[in-house]
Amino acid sequence: MRAGRTARAAAAVLAVVACGALAQTNTADEIAKYRAALQDGNPAELWEARGEALWKEARGPRNVSLERCDLGLGPGVVKGAYTHLPRYFADADRVQDLESRLVFCMVSLQGIPEAEAKEGPFGGPDHKSAIEALVAWITSESRGVKMDVPQNHPKEREAYAVGEKIFYYRGGTHDFACATCHGEDGKRIRLQDLPNLTTREGAQKAYTTWPAYRVSQGELRTFQWRLNDCFRQQRFPELVFTSDASVALTTFLARNANGAAFDAPAIKR
Amino acid sequence: MPSLTFVRAFVAVLAASVFVLGCATAPSDPELDAKAAAVLKGSFRVQGQAKLERLDQDETQKTCSTYAGKAVPKDVGERIEKANLATVHWPADGKYVGDWKSGERIAQEGRGMQYSDDPKGPVGANCYACHRLDPQELSYGTIGPSLYQFGKVRGYTDETRKYAYGKIWNAEAYNACTNMPRFGHQGILTEAQVKDVVALLVDPESPVNK
Repeated sequence: MRAGRTARAAAAVLAVVACGALAQTNTADEIAKYRAALQDGNPAELWEARGEALWKEARGPRNVSLERCDLGLGPGVVKGAYTHLPRYFADADRVQDLESRLVFCMVSLQGIPEAEAKEGPFGGPDHKSAIEALVAWITSESRGVKMDVPQNHPKEREAYAVGEKIFYYRGGTHDFACATCHGEDGKRIRLQDLPNLTTREGAQKAYTTWPAYRVSQGELRTFQWRLNDCFRQQRFPELVFTSDASVALTTFLARNANGAAFDAPAIKR
Repeated sequence: MPSLTFVRAFVAVLAASVFVLGCATAPSDPELDAKAAAVLKGSFRVQGQAKLERLDQDETQKTCSTYAGKAVPKDVGERIEKANLATVHWPADGKYVGDWKSGERIAQEGRGMQYSDDPKGPVGANCYACHRLDPQELSYGTIGPSLYQFGKVRGYTDETRKYAYGKIWNAEAYNACTNMPRFGHQGILTEAQVKDVVALLVDPESPVNK
């Protein structure tokens, strides 16, 4: 496991600092300092700049930009939009998170085939993702705005309820659910602290710090990626990008984060 | 299980009567369970060794999921434990303890069964992800209890050895709806590997008991 190896390497470095009974406290403190140091000059800014350019660039068969895309606050309004997502969109007749809304706009405005819009949503060494860049820029325009995810439409309430069910759904070879790792306060995997996503405080802290630039991967990762990679480690099959389950689970977690100031793109190990 | 089917039917009848009374605002639980299961089915794709069947729940997974992190009622818990205990494959040779050094490697190994893992590659138990074992290893998790001095504290008895084997083979046999995987039952570890992890816990020479 790549993450495991990185955690172990970090542990080895930190072990030098940590000793005796104070080991755990010191480790957590040192990780906090490491994160604070990283926060200065976040490479996520590169994704944000690329995303803003992509938003304004005429693309696709219709050669138009995404500037008429309605993210929920009206066509072209980006400021604060992310804090109200996921939400129900009448034109799509479904609840959409930012990523699925972007795909919808690429298809309906720019005329890009859906399969093409959804292709390669997660960037790698040989491939840059348009979605990750767009998400980086759009979310950066919500920094400091309080989370306010609606539960007005019946489909929004259904998405939340289904998302909660999925959160507790055990399956796979290891019987894991999201709740296995994210259902209690103060737990860790190896040295990695785990947010308790069943509490308001835990959900707020976790949700408002995604997307994030992952130092260990050299990539900016969106919330869709976060869920995808959790299910991989859960030993589930692959979560389909912008699938109903991904949007439902995002609705559950985003709504639980209501009231907290959004603080991303962040930077994580 | 007949009793569970009966309970479900009863809940469905209750839900239906609530609907008739005109108070239905949100889907009742069995409806929601069905909806969530359908949403899940349509939201995953086969990748590597992870087939869609992994989304299908057995009775234990299904029952534990419905309690959503809350404590399971005593009778339900006892039923889960009894059913799981009956599935434990006890070693034919009556020996529970293997090689603790191999057990330590298995306890450290985090790979195995993920779709990103080589199906022919190593499959570990990743015990350190959740438990403290050898005190020299500082990178341990806290989802499970510390197992440091497991054998020393419990005594180097056949009862301790048997319990450790059964627990690793199928943890649901001892603690219903535990977070711990059923390593033998689900085919994650072989019988020999389970014995090696048992050794890590109960061998007086294991660093766990130093």
